[in-house]
Amino acid sequence: MDERAPILRTEGLSKHFGGLAAVREVALTCRVGELHAVIGPNGAGKTTLINLLSGDLPPTSGRIAVAGNDVTGLPAHRISRLGVGRSYQKTNIFLPFTGFENCRLAAQSRLQPSMRFFAPAHAHAPTRAAAERALAMAGLEGRADVVAASLSHGEQRQLEIAMTLATAPRLLLLDEPLAGMGAEESAQIVALLKRLRADHAILLVEHDMDAVFAVADTLTVMVDGAVLATGAPDAIRANRAVQEAYLGSGEAENVSS
Amino acid sequence: MSAASPGRRASVAGAAVLLACLAALLLMPLGVDKFYVQLVTKMMIMAVFAMSLDLLIGFTGLVSFGHAAYFGVAGYVLAYAAPQYQAASLWVSLPLAMAVSAFLALVIGLFVLRTSGVYFIMVTLAFAQMLYFVFHDTKLAGGTDGVYIYARPDAALGEWAGGWKPFDLENFVHLYYVVLALLVLTWIVLRRVLDSPFGRVIAGIKVNEPRMRSLGYATFRYKLASFVIAGTLAGTAGYFAAAQFGYVNPDLLGWHLSGSAIMMVILGGMGTLGGAALGAFMMMLLELLFQGLTKHWQLLMGCSIVGVALLLPHGLLGTVAAWWGRRATTGDTERTDG
Amino acid sequence: MDFPTSLIQLLNAVQYGLLLFLIASGLTLIFGIMGIINLAHGSFYMLGAYLAFSLTEGLGSLWLALPVGVVLSVLFGLALEWLVIKRLYARDHLYQVLLTYGLILVFEELRSILWGDEVHGVKVPEVLAASISLTENLNYPVYRLAMSAVCLVLALGLWWVIRRTRLGMIIRAGSVNRDMVQSLGIDITLVYRIVFAAGVALAAFAGMLAAPTSSVFPGMGNQVLIICFVVVVIGGIGSVQGALVGAILIGLVDTFGKVLTLEVAGFQLLPQLSGVTVYLLMAVILLWRPEGLFGSHD
Repeated sequence: MDERAPILRTEGLSKHFGGLAAVREVALTCRVGELHAVIGPNGAGKTTLINLLSGDLPPTSGRIAVAGNDVTGLPAHRISRLGVGRSYQKTNIFLPFTGFENCRLAAQSRLQPSMRFFAPAHAHAPTRAAAERALAMAGLEGRADVVAASLSHGEQRQLEIAMTLATAPRLLLLDEPLAGMGAEESAQIVALLKRLRADHAILLVEHDMDAVFAVADTLTVMVDGAVLATGAPDAIRANRAVQEAYLGSGEAENVSS
Repeated sequence: MSAASPGRRASVAGAAVLLACLAALLLMPLGVDKFYVQLVTKMMIMAVFAMSLDLLIGFTGLVSFGHAAYFGVAGYVLAYAAPQYQAASLWVSLPLAMAVSAFLALVIGLFVLRTSGVYFIMVTLAFAQMLYFVFHDTKLAGGTDGVYIYARPDAALGEWAGGWKPFDLENFVHLYYVVLALLVLTWIVLRRVLDSPFGRVIAGIKVNEPRMRSLGYATFRYKLASFVIAGTLAGTAGYFAAAQFGYVNPDLLGWHLSGSAIMMVILGGMGTLGGAALGAFMMMLLELLFQGLTKHWQLLMGCSIVGVALLLPHGLLGTVAAWWGRRATTGDTERTDG
Repeated sequence: MDFPTSLIQLLNAVQYGLLLFLIASGLTLIFGIMGIINLAHGSFYMLGAYLAFSLTEGLGSLWLALPVGVVLSVLFGLALEWLVIKRLYARDHLYQVLLTYGLILVFEELRSILWGDEVHGVKVPEVLAASISLTENLNYPVYRLAMSAVCLVLALGLWWVIRRTRLGMIIRAGSVNRDMVQSLGIDITLVYRIVFAAGVALAAFAGMLAAPTSSVFPGMGNQVLIICFVVVVIGGIGSVQGALVGAILIGLVDTFGKVLTLEVAGFQLLPQLSGVTVYLLMAVILLWRPEGLFGSHD
């Protein structure tokens, strides 16, 4: 497969809830080595877009292709198995399990047959190693044995990302990974994103404008479910329509402060 | 779920309690009347049944209100397998009963697992009721009255072993030890299954099924496998229940038994195998106690069930564990402080 | 089957279906609005039947027994909500199931203590005791027609309350978004109390209506409960229209399952297996629409 071909491509992607169009005719691409950030005011349909891409919601119309395969309407687990990992805006982890077990379970999905009834799950070394690697990447080395429910809010956000990484995805769908993190953890994750970009395709939804402009190669601005503009960060910053609709409203400062 | 050091101490204590229980069960038939040996046999059968339901409720998060169906149908398989007034071979009829309950759980599972939450509760109840009516309304096996099983399964091995009979189920002490072995075996099998990759997946499904899907797990097939394992174990319990009671009737698949099984699981403490077994023992003791008090013992049982649902959501074991955990952690802080 | 027999069976089917609707509508509303799965709902049907029996004996006529019985069952519903049910709102379905299963045992045993375990009958009121003759030897009892008419009126009344009144507006909103209703300054606990008591009264009223035709006997509530679960599963939880359609379907399948004969390869399936037909209907619907005919998709 062509290295430069996009891993993710959508065409005319739409989602309606009753009469309300949450996502309208969205066309975007994301390739390995590219960090594509989607920004926009609250209610612009960014999370719904991620839910469509990950298969958590079926689209009303339009098409989604992952690595050349049409995945439109496939269930979430099938899409995940094509190398798509997503994180959630609202922390969505296994609270009663340890941080390690959260990641081990994620890695097990890829590295170990799970219809095995008698061998102990923990005996599988590659899975353990993948889980530990994912925890270390997200900056949680020392916290592996802590029950997720006892982690701080910021650490739970890190664990959310670590789980996503533990499935070794090629395409990452990250829904506001920095929300609720302290400055130090944020910087750590931004650095991680820069490192991951080399061999991943990353679609990032984020409100922290400083971070977005620091890491994004491509920006897509969504308003009312539709794409207002797509382009390089400088072009987007200079775009009059974007300034009026979004950046100029002062929301960027509000959110990043 | 508790931190490392009190957790280890609790599991050591747990293992000690478990061994003590096992020793007591091993020695019990030596010192008591036939009545009590038979009573404990029945309790152990119910404990296997309750543990199988706990696999669904406590470990997979599937609240089945139709679990008696697999229990009862396996009993009917034994009744069919036994030629009139003769014993069926244990080595043929037991695997057959288990296979039939497994198949039934597979077919019913394919339907009921299309639903979730409160639908699942209602639909499992409805399917069990359907089977109840199959046996209740037809003359397949005696209708409402059921049928007698005149002889317990015969454990004699085939010609190749010279017809050797390792034990005789007509002997109540032999039956007791066979059922005890079944209980221990079930416990070991479930323990291993819960620690296996499969066991971790169903634990994840119980906590957060949507997240399991987005991690790439096709959750349906794991739930179905859990449903089939639970149904098979319930069938095994039902087989021995029918062998012990010496009859089967539609009530063995009735919803009262399904409801009682839920009570057993919660009373003991769901999500712990020992809890489910303890719940089964306690429930049978309560029944015996209340039946001795009044003709209207179901009133007392009903009130106990309401009380447990309101006041003891984590069951006896869960409550004790929480108390133990609190004591252990306060002990630890005292030490670090001092 | 000739035409008059078919007509009689059709009337029976509709009458049975409408009766089931009265019980199932309460069950589905209590779940849809309050999020409570109530296994003891069948007990209210039984309560109604026994109230009809005792009150008719005491007051001399079913006409007097009906209003008094409805008042008593509303009071019973309010008391039960206040004593027990309200403690279940925040609890997992598992505990709701366990607790309401315990309530069934309690109610069944109280029934045994108060009324004994005999089967009782309730006399059809004089005015409705007649029969309409369809052919020379086929008659249809007027009381059954009256039952259907009353159920139909109640169904329309329920529809009117839900679609056209302020309470109905709150109920519809509350089943979708509880927080929103509360933020409007509406006392949701009061709404819950009303809905629960109304559900109890509907089921009890169904029991009172059915008493003269079905007799009054122990365990009568449990039979009806499981069938009503099937109705709710078929119709879609929380949907009153769904309950109506589901109930009529069940009425038809159950009634005709008992009178038609079907043999396959020399083995008689119907009517021998008529008890199973409604569950098979449910299984088919589950394959086709697991969320029920009128259930929401997401």
